[in-house]
Amino acid sequence: MRFLIPAALLVVLLVFLGIGLKRDPREVPSPLVGKPAPAFDLALLGEPQRYTQDDLKGRPVLVNFWASWCAGCRVEHPLLVKLAGEGVEIVGMDYKDTDEAARQWLQRHGNPYRRVVADVQGTAGLDWGVYGVPETFVLDANGTIVYKQIGPMTEQAWNEKIRPLLQGPKS
Amino acid sequence: MIPEIGHFLLILALGVAGLQFLLPSWGVWKRDARAMAFGQSAAQVQFALVFLSYLCLTWAFVQKDFSVTYVAANSHSELPLMYRISAVWGAHEGSLLLWMLMLSGWTCAVSVFNRRLPADITATCLAVLGAIAVGFLSFMLLTSNPFDRHFPVPAEGKDLNPLLQDPGLIIHPPMLYMGYVGFSVAFAFAIAALVSGRLDGAWARWTRPWTTTAWLFLTMGITLGSWWAYHELGWGGWWFWDPVENASFMPWLVGTALIHSLAVTEKRGLLKSWTVLLAIIAFSLSLLGTFLVRSGVLVSVHAFATDPARGVYILGFLAVVLGSAFSLYAWRAPQLKSDGDLVFFSREGLLLLNNVFLVVAAAAVLLGTLYPLFVDALGMGKISVGPPYFNAVFIPLTAPLAAILGLGMAVGWKRAKFAEVVRQLRWPAALALLLAAGLPFLWVGSSGFAVFAGVMLGSWVLLTSVHDLWGRVRAKRSLLAGLAAVPRCVWGMTVAHLGLGLWVLGVAFVSLHSVERDVRLAAGESAELHGYEFFLRGVDPVHGPNYDADRGTVEVTREGASVTTLHPEKRLYRAQQNVMTEAAVDESPFRDLYVALGEPFDNGDWSLRMYYKPAMQLVWWGGFVMFFGGILAASDRRYRLAKLAQAPVSADGKVTA
Repeated sequence: MRFLIPAALLVVLLVFLGIGLKRDPREVPSPLVGKPAPAFDLALLGEPQRYTQDDLKGRPVLVNFWASWCAGCRVEHPLLVKLAGEGVEIVGMDYKDTDEAARQWLQRHGNPYRRVVADVQGTAGLDWGVYGVPETFVLDANGTIVYKQIGPMTEQAWNEKIRPLLQGPKS
Repeated sequence: MIPEIGHFLLILALGVAGLQFLLPSWGVWKRDARAMAFGQSAAQVQFALVFLSYLCLTWAFVQKDFSVTYVAANSHSELPLMYRISAVWGAHEGSLLLWMLMLSGWTCAVSVFNRRLPADITATCLAVLGAIAVGFLSFMLLTSNPFDRHFPVPAEGKDLNPLLQDPGLIIHPPMLYMGYVGFSVAFAFAIAALVSGRLDGAWARWTRPWTTTAWLFLTMGITLGSWWAYHELGWGGWWFWDPVENASFMPWLVGTALIHSLAVTEKRGLLKSWTVLLAIIAFSLSLLGTFLVRSGVLVSVHAFATDPARGVYILGFLAVVLGSAFSLYAWRAPQLKSDGDLVFFSREGLLLLNNVFLVVAAAAVLLGTLYPLFVDALGMGKISVGPPYFNAVFIPLTAPLAAILGLGMAVGWKRAKFAEVVRQLRWPAALALLLAAGLPFLWVGSSGFAVFAGVMLGSWVLLTSVHDLWGRVRAKRSLLAGLAAVPRCVWGMTVAHLGLGLWVLGVAFVSLHSVERDVRLAAGESAELHGYEFFLRGVDPVHGPNYDADRGTVEVTREGASVTTLHPEKRLYRAQQNVMTEAAVDESPFRDLYVALGEPFDNGDWSLRMYYKPAMQLVWWGGFVMFFGGILAASDRRYRLAKLAQAPVSADGKVTA
């Protein structure tokens, strides 16, 4: 009987490996997908008025958490600039950053953001469940989060996941 | 034209491998000598075909034939020739071809060196190896053909992954694959033993040199991989418990257990079913490693392009090969009878104990590696298991290993007197205690319990190895005559154990007493680290063949005296726009000084990471010395003599572990 133990262990292992094949370890689900965007009320960078989650409603929007100190943000930046040029509305959430550094950074690398919200303390990041920058949330016209991209935005994620979501039934 | 020939040769090789599996199997079943003998010619033809096919792919790389999809994806017109040749195994398809080349090479070697073995054993071995070759060849041809063409032909290739453009990485994968694939021979021998029902000292003696050879390549491969990560990743680390590293480490642990269990089976006729099981597991873990790396079920820094179809295929292959092996084991292993009793306090008893520790350590690594997958499959969320788990589990499991190792060498076969062993080992033990108490202060200027224990274990292994050798030499008239009389396989054991001792010392010092510091420096500024002064003279642009780099000049002094000048680089590879860190290391037996360039600041300052790493070299040296010990052990003439069918026992009557 004991000589069957290795074979039994092998079967268990193979079953788990089989299940593992169907899953993507990189995909971390966000509990916020399908829920309305969490509330915030923060100052805008370089503009006098304040900005809240209600300002995100009315049209599909990408909400991009970034910072001038973040290397991954520089990686995705050219793509964001390109998307902004194509008319995609991107709102930047400047996460735990100083206004001065953020302004310099945008001057040097170009500004893809319609608005930049200054989340100096990182409070909005906390409520939105940001693991680290960059992260990008896709919001539909009702202000509901429909997708979350962890790490730099890529052409592939944009073409395969996000663009189809935005081009869905127009509300 | 050449790529098509390569593709065609692979198809031919698949056919030959199929025959190599079928005909000898039929021959063993029907006791047909001619069918059994067919395996040998098939193995040699298969090797020739795969080798030529491999040359075809290399030719496509050398000629920069970007019409071949795989070449275009992994080469570039500016890539130096050396890297164009090594780019053959730079990604999935080509590394499979290299794997296949190794497999057919090992198979060919079995067919040549096993001529004197009983015909049915050789035939079964070659049939098993043929079946494995069928699996890999059809995997390549169905899902990962390196010779696929694409049109239109791109004007330029996408370049080899810059991480792989390093001399260390040129030989790392071939070494590793030699080890992985080498265990397929031990596996084939194990199957042959189960099929024939003959498992005796002779069987163990045939299997030993093959296993040791696979093990020594794996040792070298792992050491080189670690050395590469240390120099190239710029984090100052040398082992990350990454799934891909674990994939190579698990077969190593089980392979080490197998080498020792084979010794017991050869000398004493014990642990037979255990030895066979280890041989099957070692190869299973090699295959599992392939699956983990290529299927994308785990997140790793070693990114291979993943494709679900490939994962499904390898999983099916695993199920067939390992399923049949373990079923055969369950059916036949109960009939393997031991030729005696096992006494706990004897060399074989202690070897078994060490075997258990090694296998449990491998199981712990396997559990940690697969845990994220288990948890995810059970729907309990996504987690990752990191170095804290592995260090906490692995170190307590391996510490007794080192302690028992020293004891085991002093204990005789069959049975031993505890008091006698204690008397023999009192000097090595006392000396190890002395070193553990003093060495940390001399080396790094401070001590603690962990480093005390580490140095104690490391020097215990070193001293008992030397003591064992001294015991063999002392009886002879002169030192030289004594040393000459020591059989080569004993030298192999001693040298490999010395390597382990050095390694333990190195690990103890470097993991417990490294000092690191992140600083921001402008040109002309300096920073202090562990008594060394690092002066940043400046950072200048330099241009390589296919990259542009910022090259720092860091002058290191100690108490005003110049120590060295280091040149860390930050390279931007033009084709893929990838930034790579090239750390600069000043190496010496006592300490490494390690500098890596971080990010530049807006005003021209640079962030620098500096490390002082004591005894880092001992970790590499430990690996190299173990490798060398493996060479000595595998090349013992006892094995060559044993291959002559009825050769008399060698005149000098060597009997050794």
